[in-house]
Amino acid sequence: MKIYPILTTAAALAVAAGGAVSAQTLEEVRERGHLNCGVSPGVTGFSNPDDEGNWSGFDVEVCRAVAAAVLEDADAVRYTPLSNTERFTALQSGEIDMLSRTTTRTLNRDTALGLNFAPVMFYDGQGFMVRQDMGVSSVLELDGATVCTSAGSTTELNLADYFEANGMSYEPVRFDRADEVLAAYDAGRCDVYTSDRSGLAARRLVMTNPAEHVMLPETISKEPLAPAVRHGDDQWFDIVTWTVYALIEAEEYGVTQGNVDEMANSENPNIARMLGAEGSPVGEWIGLDNKWVHRAIAAVGNYGEIFERHVGPNTPLEIERGMNALHTNGGLQYAMPFK
Amino acid sequence: MTDTLTPPPLKAPSTVIGPLDWIRKNLFPDWRQGLLTIVVLWLLVRTVPPLIDWLFLDAAWAGDRDDCVAASGACWAFVNARWGQFIYGFYPVEHRWRVDLSMLTLVASIAVLFLPRVAHKGWIITGSFVALPVICFALLHGGPIGLEIVPTDRWGGFMLTLVVAVAGMLGALPIGILLALGRRSQMPAIRIFCVTFIELFRAVPLITVLFMASVMLPLFMPQGFSMDKLLRALIGVALFNGALMAEVVRGGLQAIPKGQFEAATASGMGYWKMMIFVVLPQALRTVIPGLVNTYVAIIKDTTLVLIIGLFDLLGIVQAGIASSDWLAPSVTTSGYVFAGFGFWALCFSLSRYSMYLEGKLNTGRQR
Repeated sequence: MKIYPILTTAAALAVAAGGAVSAQTLEEVRERGHLNCGVSPGVTGFSNPDDEGNWSGFDVEVCRAVAAAVLEDADAVRYTPLSNTERFTALQSGEIDMLSRTTTRTLNRDTALGLNFAPVMFYDGQGFMVRQDMGVSSVLELDGATVCTSAGSTTELNLADYFEANGMSYEPVRFDRADEVLAAYDAGRCDVYTSDRSGLAARRLVMTNPAEHVMLPETISKEPLAPAVRHGDDQWFDIVTWTVYALIEAEEYGVTQGNVDEMANSENPNIARMLGAEGSPVGEWIGLDNKWVHRAIAAVGNYGEIFERHVGPNTPLEIERGMNALHTNGGLQYAMPFK
Repeated sequence: MTDTLTPPPLKAPSTVIGPLDWIRKNLFPDWRQGLLTIVVLWLLVRTVPPLIDWLFLDAAWAGDRDDCVAASGACWAFVNARWGQFIYGFYPVEHRWRVDLSMLTLVASIAVLFLPRVAHKGWIITGSFVALPVICFALLHGGPIGLEIVPTDRWGGFMLTLVVAVAGMLGALPIGILLALGRRSQMPAIRIFCVTFIELFRAVPLITVLFMASVMLPLFMPQGFSMDKLLRALIGVALFNGALMAEVVRGGLQAIPKGQFEAATASGMGYWKMMIFVVLPQALRTVIPGLVNTYVAIIKDTTLVLIIGLFDLLGIVQAGIASSDWLAPSVTTSGYVFAGFGFWALCFSLSRYSMYLEGKLNTGRQR
């Protein structure tokens, strides 16, 4: 299976080198009448078909927001579920207009693979889960523990690095597949289960007794998940980038799906400008009409609302805002000014 | 002259009398068999009641995730809530009759083979199998006959499994026959091409073929020309299984005695006439078990389209399991049990059907 990432990389490189993909994405999308958006084929809370067969989730909302901004219809999206291996080629070959698929922004992808990343939608990272009755409250107390992990993954490397850096020993129990790791931990073969935090939250719920397990506070790796577009179309890149910023900025200003119509007449010039009040240049600058931010927020709500709806504490996933809180609340979400 | 009246021969008197005696004879004839019986009985007692409890008595039949977490058995509420999606994928609800109609067409064209002897039966069968993909495509995709177009990214579930399997089967047989004939051809160019094709496709896993079709192929195509993802996968499946089929058919061709070829040539038949009317009918009949084996493998291989992001029955069940509305341990197991049952039902009915065909076609050659 190791051959596929290499093949994909080679394939994507081949196209990146060719680099002849059209720079007219906005025109194409308008002409087509729908946005082609690449999503995951089923990651809990991020993109999943619901009972009615509509796609929903944290990643899906980004596609909907862009469609609302560009096409004035959040439902004008055609979702292409993509596997890990084909996600970049699909973007390169023009099969999709944007990728919103739990993809970590890295140097390699940003440069050699020819992608442009919009602002980070979700700061993820590797976390740890233990049984509550172990009475452990920090990873630093895990000296000598047995740890279940998937073999040959970055997860395993991060784990080794972190324990070594802190002068602790551990006993790894390695498995090839993610569900084997989960089953082994659930059956009590190891003390600790490590994976990305969003994944841990989802998998806790499929264990025999979810209440028995707790997540430790430490996050030992950086997995910034961001939407991506391909190189070579700056206008389209701007649109996706600033749509994400608009969602974050809206939360900061308290603009919600419910009050966006009132807020459009706000006294605050920043809010009024962003939502396209009379004489606002936001539409002209980006090449859309003035109401694009207004429509995006009316369609999906602000960043905080999206978070609460799909992954937040009131969903089965119960993920805290943590690093994904606004900068004003001590998090990392910081939108550039709409000026 | 006296006729000796010979009484009709009687069967030996049955030594088995009553159920107790039957049990003794069949279940406890000696101590080893008796021990086995006891072990098997013990295993059954240990496994069957919990299984029934899990499958039926303790199962949550309706409700939502909370009901499933509360119930100690299977979560059929999940299958219930997603039934339409499991069968039709994302196909729009108001157009689902088109899928039903296509499935009926499929059943009808299979049923044609059950027809008693009627005139031109061969042509009817051939015609129905040529018409089947055309009719089904027109119905499912829409377009030319005035139906609204349903793009292939809305296809999924059991329906997509059937589409991939049937396209694989209908595509693989003609490709396989042509390749098998080509491999035995006297013309070097054709022979070398066929041998290379067969050996190339046989020597790689299907997953690689699908991967090439979905990831590499778009890169080689001219800009702006995009081929449907499902179509690419279907062509990949058909070519791959065609190569496997070719070897099965070649096995049949080799079983035909040389005399048949010579007799056909002697009665003035050309190559194609000889093959179509004399050799192939006998060869294919011989290899029905091999053909069905490949067909069952095709059905099971359809799940591999998962890796290129198409949602077959298994894929859509997996996507459902991961959805946050239904995260629970029993949902996972129930989903897989349901998908497993779906595939088993499909493959089992196919193998029963093939046994019927074998019996029907092989009359006179039974050994």
